[in-house]
Amino acid sequence: MTKKEATDFIVSECRHLSEMYSLLILTPADGSALPEILPGQFVQVKVPHCADVMLRRPISINNVEPEKNTVWLLVRRAGKGTDTLASLEAGEKVNIVLPLGNSFSMPGSKDAKILLIGGGVGVAPLLYFGKVLKQNGYTPEFLLGARSGKDLLQLELFEQIGKVHSSTEDGSYGEKGLVTKNSVLASGIDCIYCCGPAPMMKAVAVEARRIGAECEVSLENMMACGIGACLCCVEKTVKGNVCVCTEGPVFNINKLTW
Amino acid sequence: MVDLSVNIGALKLKNPVMTASGTFGYGEEFADFFDLSRLGGYIVKGTTLEPREGNPYPRMAETPSGMLNAVGLQNKGVDYFINTIYPRICDIDSQMVVNVSGAKIEDYVEVCRRLSSLDRLEAIEVNISCPNVKQGGMAFGTTCEGAAQVTKAVREAWNRTLIVKLSPNVTDITEIAKAVEAEGADAVSLINTMLGMAIDVEKRKPCLSTITGGLSGPAVRPVAVRMVWQTVKAVRIPVIGLGGIMNGRDAMEFILAGATAVQVGTANFVDPTVCDKVVSYLEDYCIRHGFSSISELRGLI
Repeated sequence: MTKKEATDFIVSECRHLSEMYSLLILTPADGSALPEILPGQFVQVKVPHCADVMLRRPISINNVEPEKNTVWLLVRRAGKGTDTLASLEAGEKVNIVLPLGNSFSMPGSKDAKILLIGGGVGVAPLLYFGKVLKQNGYTPEFLLGARSGKDLLQLELFEQIGKVHSSTEDGSYGEKGLVTKNSVLASGIDCIYCCGPAPMMKAVAVEARRIGAECEVSLENMMACGIGACLCCVEKTVKGNVCVCTEGPVFNINKLTW
Repeated sequence: MVDLSVNIGALKLKNPVMTASGTFGYGEEFADFFDLSRLGGYIVKGTTLEPREGNPYPRMAETPSGMLNAVGLQNKGVDYFINTIYPRICDIDSQMVVNVSGAKIEDYVEVCRRLSSLDRLEAIEVNISCPNVKQGGMAFGTTCEGAAQVTKAVREAWNRTLIVKLSPNVTDITEIAKAVEAEGADAVSLINTMLGMAIDVEKRKPCLSTITGGLSGPAVRPVAVRMVWQTVKAVRIPVIGLGGIMNGRDAMEFILAGATAVQVGTANFVDPTVCDKVVSYLEDYCIRHGFSSISELRGLI
């Protein structure tokens, strides 16, 4: 397992994708090389400028660019901590603990029909995972869900990796309705990887069982430490309560009690 | 050279910086971040006779300058600790302390009896102050009689250093400290978390599955410093201070209030290297102010 570290990073760029979402592109402040980062892993970011926001914020890794030594974090404004992170400016410094958690597991066969399903900010880890899958000779497709077309994030980047299907609740882009009703699910999917709001992931898990697909989900339980010390982020599994930060965040649905 | 060493009863620490139980796992979780031999001592997760699953999620809520937790002593039980965890961590060049919890006095005694087989374990910390369990825990720590009963029973089963961890959720913590001192405790550590509660007003639900939980972090520090200062004046045994220590400055506050050693807790979640920095700070402080040993600073207030 790669050694975990607490490292100062410099914001190379902060792209405001919408009112709700910003993309932070970060590089180690001292120029050192990024540790090996697996798709599905996450980081813990210390929120600067906010004395009363004490705990770090867990953020999944959206992309790694080894050639530029940068890591991408997609931040949704959900409160004071993430608001501050989403408002950082280029040149600012943040302390990050990484790399944390397990990773998505590679599909058994290169011929497997693979669908990566993301909802809201849950699309974040799927971009990096999709890229790694493609680099390793797999052919991932994506199913992205949102309330409305304007909430679909990084569409053009996903399209560079593989075919993108989409569902919006208002029908303004792709198929109208929830991702679990998207027609792509009837096309013989072998492996599903899903990240999004818990109700969505639970519905996808039901659908995966129905169509007989392997399914991994990435959970985002509230965390304090991110390294398995505080036991706050536990998820009930067939083996009892386990830490999402160390045993996860990625779980095969057969290990969960959903 | 500054002498940072301190003694807690017969337990010798190379410096006064320890890690608070439940915030540092079994130590190994932090081995990537700094050299664990820098620690004066490390207090491992609360250990009970039988395995415990702990409380349902959500168990944590961030609050202003602090956090509430309701983990509920999740652990795999004392036998698992002895057989699986202890062999992995007993070589860390620092003093290991096991935090012992129980629902019944007999459970505390039995855990201590089993821990007695571990050669490299010189001290235990008896937790009579966990606010997150239905039975035992804080129930023992909020009355002088309960605190005294547990201490007396454990004292008979454990002949090495015995630290008793006290609850702040009492009217007068010095009375509890005196009660456990009278039954043979070698030291007291304080404070455990303060009972608190937070509500998600949008959902109109409590933030924790257990409704109430234990508050820790810098929000509680002034209360902890005050209680340590009062307790130091009330007992003759060493007092270990904890509660919201986020950096070396905060640790020094406890030492000046009279603490012999300190425990760093919640800060480990924020900065996994914080304990290393606290040790450095204490050494630098002594040099900066012309003290040759940390003991000279103890209780100057």
